Amino acid sequence: MTEESVRTLVEPYILATGGLIQALRRLMNEFGYIDPEHIPVVAEVFNISKAEVRGVISFYHDFRTHLPARTRIRVCQAEACQALGARKLTQEIESHFNLKLGNMSDDRSIELDPVYCLGLCSVGPSLQVNDRLIARGSIDSIEGIGK
Amino acid sequence: MKARLSDDSVARALDSKSVEVQLRHREINTELVGSFGLHWMEPLLQISLENKEYTFSNVSDSKLAEVLQSLPPDGVPESNSSFIGPISGQKYLKNQQRLVFDRAGNVNPLALPRSETLESILSSEPETLIDAIETSGLRGRGGAGFPAHIKWRTVADTQSDQKYVVCNADEGDSGTFSDRMLMEGDPFKLIEGMVIAGYATGSSRGLIYLRSEYPVALEYLSEAIDIAYSNRWLGNEIFGSRFNFNLEIFVGAGAYICGEETSLLESLEGKRGEIRYKPPVPAIAGLFGKPTLVHNVITLASIPGIFEIGAREYAGLGVGPSTGTMPFQISGNVKRGGLIEIPFGTPVRTLVEEFGEGTLSGRPFRTVQIGGPLGAYLSEKELDTPLTYEHMEEIGAGVGHGGLVVFDDTVDLREQAEYAFEFCEIESCGKCTPCRIGSVRGKETMRQFKDGVDIRTYQLVEDLCDVMEQASLCQMGGMTPIPVRSAMKHFPEDFGRNGF
Repeated sequence: MTEESVRTLVEPYILATGGLIQALRRLMNEFGYIDPEHIPVVAEVFNISKAEVRGVISFYHDFRTHLPARTRIRVCQAEACQALGARKLTQEIESHFNLKLGNMSDDRSIELDPVYCLGLCSVGPSLQVNDRLIARGSIDSIEGIGK
Repeated sequence: MKARLSDDSVARALDSKSVEVQLRHREINTELVGSFGLHWMEPLLQISLENKEYTFSNVSDSKLAEVLQSLPPDGVPESNSSFIGPISGQKYLKNQQRLVFDRAGNVNPLALPRSETLESILSSEPETLIDAIETSGLRGRGGAGFPAHIKWRTVADTQSDQKYVVCNADEGDSGTFSDRMLMEGDPFKLIEGMVIAGYATGSSRGLIYLRSEYPVALEYLSEAIDIAYSNRWLGNEIFGSRFNFNLEIFVGAGAYICGEETSLLESLEGKRGEIRYKPPVPAIAGLFGKPTLVHNVITLASIPGIFEIGAREYAGLGVGPSTGTMPFQISGNVKRGGLIEIPFGTPVRTLVEEFGEGTLSGRPFRTVQIGGPLGAYLSEKELDTPLTYEHMEEIGAGVGHGGLVVFDDTVDLREQAEYAFEFCEIESCGKCTPCRIGSVRGKETMRQFKDGVDIRTYQLVEDLCDVMEQASLCQMGGMTPIPVRSAMKHFPEDFGRNGF
């Protein structure tokens, strides 16, 4: 990806409300992550320091600076799901993939992440596999994933 | 024959899309609707046939064939195990009074509603609208319960070339989903509320700050806004009046703290969502330093109902200064989880036992947390407390955003208190020390209880909670002690000690 094409992606947001956040989301959608090498380009387009761009990236959970895994499983850790056994489900999923929450497998096939509320509190515990929402989650919900 | 299938996030997470595929494959006229909020029944399918309604719960693609075979003239619907009779006959719904959620579930979320009320509002004097909001007694539904009319009047009276109406749709509290359900089930109600608020306060721009965890809400809301523009609900000279109102959605990037209004405004400006010092309040200097009316989704969606039934009538609902209806949400370990819109003043017990029908696990009830991660854990005897801002405050709790999370007797309240600190640690914006450092120290302290407790640990927690409460800049740090203290007070046995 050349510097010029990154510039083309983010330039439309210079004057938009909360333009920097919209521009960073655009990069996330395009590449699946924010390449640290693109940060100086964004800083220059928005006429702010690289530190300011990094500051915004590190503040929000959605912005990530590493290549994503093929499958990302998010396990809700919030109270309503805890009340329905989210802690136990988390342990089961962690041992199934032999991976702790917040980590990625070495072959980059699976990534496990915590999420704090998907708004499915009445039918928990909730999971999200890439874009798919799963209610009444159990270890069976993730069967076949990553195989 | 016509089918109506729920299409909100809950239904989709229970695989309603595969039912939709089957319905379309069979060439059945299918309309997608929002949820009624009887979530244990999702996906819900309503079939109209020869002027009769047949409703089926928990429909799946494998069950669909049997459901359709059970329909008249050849079948007997009652014989199907998924048949529940008409949805309107459900006591869960009959025992509610819906003003905000009157249309949700009943209508196609993208069908433009009647606009008579809105048109007549736009021809009245803005000042009379603010008076009506004052008469209605409407208070902020996001958590703080601040009287809405004070914000409206402040924005209206502050001179500026640009004013904003900002909708806080960053519904991050666990156990709350009313904002999501409204945006997915009746987005026009929110748009209507924002247009009225904009007109009354002289604001020509509206922004909806939507959390990124709600992709389905984004889908419906974006489409509804497009439809609103093409029907002159939005844009220039709305309904031929001289009022212009432009509305856009801004999607957040994952930060619980952005539900705090000043942090939300920072985020809307494209910055880190660190909270601002107050004063000045946003109503005087908010977004880009301009007067800004910030309200939660449900506050704004309550406005059309106030003008439908009349401000005095609205003020007559509820108890004392807690007027009107509130969409409560019950979830967690409960049999009948969902949305319950009722006037303020109903005891917590009614929601847990009569609506919720007890725990899903069937084990004994232990506690209910009210108002999200910053809300109190209630003891059994506190269940008789009426749900009003005032009564909740008396027991050191709060209504918050109306979420009730039920726990059975397997819950460990020490673990919950540790989580309260941990959540604060993860989501703190980091601007003030009591919240940033206090949360970490709190979590460590909670872990010490595991190895037996001595009185110094207890005193340390008390001190820490005092500092966080008194010295934090916003409610994130200021209210984290609420779940902690309520857990320690009512459930001392979980902290390795019977009574401090």
